[in-house]
Amino acid sequence: MPELKRHDNRLGIWGWLGGGRWGMERYAYILHRVTGLGILAYFLMHICVTSLRAWGIYLWTGEGAFLDAPVFKVGEFLVFSAFAFHAFNGVRLILVELGFAVGKPIEPVYPYKSSLHVQRPLFLAMMVLAAVFFAAGSYEFWHGLAR
Amino acid sequence: MRETKYWTWFMAAGLLILALLGLHMVVMHLGSLTHLFAAHPDQPSVAQANSQARDASLFFTLSYVVLLGAGLFHGLYGLRVVVFELSLKPAAEKALSALLLVVGLGLFGLGTYAAFAAHGRAAGASPAVASVAGASLAGRS
Ligand code: HEM
Repeated sequence: MPELKRHDNRLGIWGWLGGGRWGMERYAYILHRVTGLGILAYFLMHICVTSLRAWGIYLWTGEGAFLDAPVFKVGEFLVFSAFAFHAFNGVRLILVELGFAVGKPIEPVYPYKSSLHVQRPLFLAMMVLAAVFFAAGSYEFWHGLAR
Repeated sequence: MRETKYWTWFMAAGLLILALLGLHMVVMHLGSLTHLFAAHPDQPSVAQANSQARDASLFFTLSYVVLLGAGLFHGLYGLRVVVFELSLKPAAEKALSALLLVVGLGLFGLGTYAAFAAHGRAAGASPAVASVAGASLAGRS
């Protein structure tokens, strides 16, 4: 029986988490999808919970507010963080999709100028904005837990 | 062509959500930093009194309904895009679209009813709440 040809699995466990040579945008794509679905799951529950206020039921505040528990506060913080990323990355995607941030059509010769000089800076700028929002949310979260 | 139209609406909804959900997040989750639209700044932004004061204002009631519609369309259409990537059979695609439409319309109906009912309760039951809300919207918050 011929010997099985083995390939070196160079990426190891890292290969489970990413493609090794994927660009940043590929990770942003995964995170955009995960955050979008996460926010949606929360949103559907949020509509039901907050609609109860029409009948005078406030599950998140006052007496009998079980949604006030720390575990839900952590959940809310996760939703807030997901929003910060999804919103600013979403703006980037819309700008690219509408053609505002793709650069001039040039031959794709290395180093890819439009990627490096237009798309990458836009990505970084949006991530800085998301990080600022995230930092403000973190401050509020810790402030709330300490109270 | 129809899908292109839906996709365009999907992105437009994203921008609308950006504005309204951005405001919602700043009011609700950055409340202790901003104290924005909190008629009772001594209480948390999500406290019942603050919540009712916002419900008493027509601006918040209407913006909740718009955000609800835009969020449901954007989120459920996004979910449909993700699931459709699995190359489902046409019958399954149709069933999923119908299910998402029913869920979307149902929740939109519930949320819209709740927004107006809460507006009626807050504005009608206690004129004081409404006037505080009005004052805070006018920039006294
Ligand atoms: C804050 C404003 C938001 C903006 C600017 C925004 C923008 C976008 C954009 C541009 C996409 C398309 C990504 C692509 O090119 O494939 C997208 C996908 C998606 N969004 Fe949003 N979004 C926002 C808020 C939300 C909210 C509140 C929800 C949940 C209710 C949500 C759920 C989703 C889902 C489920 C997808 C599909 C993910 C995918 O195709 O991989 N988004 N969003």
